[in-house]
Amino acid sequence: MARITTVTGWNERLGAWKVRWGIGRNDFIVPPGLYAIGQPKPDDPVVVTANYQMTFDIVRRALDGRNVWLLVLETYGINVWCAAGKGTFGTGEVVRRVTSTRLAEVVSHRRLILPILGAAGVSAPQVAARCGFSVNYAAIRAADLPAYLDGGMITTRQMGELTFSLHERLVLIPVELVLAMKWLLPAAAVLFLVGAITGGMPAGITMALALTGAALAGIAAAPLLLPWLPSRSFALKGACTGLAWSIALHLMAKGGSWGLPVNLAALLALPAVSAYCTLSFTGCTPFTSRSGVKKEMRLGLPLMAVSIFLAGILLIIGGIV
Amino acid sequence: MRGFHYLKNVVTLQFDSEKCVGCGLCPRVCPHRVFSMEGGKAVLMEKDDCMECGACALNCPVKAIRVDAGVGCASGMINEWLQEHGLGRKGSGGCG
Ligand code: SF4
Ligand code: SF4
Repeated sequence: MARITTVTGWNERLGAWKVRWGIGRNDFIVPPGLYAIGQPKPDDPVVVTANYQMTFDIVRRALDGRNVWLLVLETYGINVWCAAGKGTFGTGEVVRRVTSTRLAEVVSHRRLILPILGAAGVSAPQVAARCGFSVNYAAIRAADLPAYLDGGMITTRQMGELTFSLHERLVLIPVELVLAMKWLLPAAAVLFLVGAITGGMPAGITMALALTGAALAGIAAAPLLLPWLPSRSFALKGACTGLAWSIALHLMAKGGSWGLPVNLAALLALPAVSAYCTLSFTGCTPFTSRSGVKKEMRLGLPLMAVSIFLAGILLIIGGIV
Repeated sequence: MRGFHYLKNVVTLQFDSEKCVGCGLCPRVCPHRVFSMEGGKAVLMEKDDCMECGACALNCPVKAIRVDAGVGCASGMINEWLQEHGLGRKGSGGCG
């Protein structure tokens, strides 16, 4: 069995940074199995986690200086929350790992400590029935593990409640930006060409800038301003920042000279683009229900499509295209 | 969740108080305090705060809770939606 160090070096910081920016995300896989932190004895606690390198590093850093068993599940390099949703951080994998590591022979107790967000994939009653270990859901954040272990394995209100702070939202944005480049770059290039051919270089630049700004309004501005934007709907929140962007663009790029059709086109298309981006951000938020997102998509996607279609027609009328 | 609330009256969460045996697991696994314990039984507090993660239903030993849970990834969901409407490709769509 592997003993692991709990000191984090530069390599791991660099790794974390790369993961945030979506670089080589699949390289961060820890072999599943039983690990020893410090010098654990048979009666020391067993903490269960995913084999996503970032999660693994956060957990072992939190447990630095303690004697703890760490049972790493095979989640194919995916974090606890997403893996629980997929079922890979699940009842079957817990039972399989407990059996294959012969945990019952290594420790004298029958308790597993799991992250609360893993409960979406793990059924405590079934784990108990199938391998005799009782599942204790400890906390949402690994940083609370020391307090949980020292406090007699009691989950305080704060440990069990999700938060979505400005910082927590901020760290999600880089990956979303990198993912958005896939469609944003080609779309901006097309708009630039169309604008440049029909209205000259400045028109091309303005059109590409308009789209990029709308995407940023939806991917970066709306998530950051989330609690302060009106409405519960993510699409409407995104439309708000998109609208603000179209007004800002109008002022910056002397929109008074564009003519009415083009201005209307910008007012229709830009909020639609940012609304779409912000609606996609629901995948990153820890409080949006699937039924809610479905409802937004059902109502919102057709509206966005119609807006963009109308904007295209208005651009033709306005003589840009 | 404090400061964040999603759409009202959309979640599929259903709780049958008759079946509840008061094991206390659902309030412990719910990250949004949708359940709490009162008089030896679970009670539904803020149904609209439910994000349909399915943890409560999966952990309830007597199946007193039902919820249409699923992957919370937007890309996955858009793919799924496209498939339902016969527009999309099969396969991937993943988070993490
Ligand atoms: S589905 Fe998840 S969020 Fe909803 S009540 Fe159950 S545990 Fe809480
Ligand atoms: S998990 Fe089921 S049995 Fe246990 S308290 Fe909740 S509803 Fe009742």
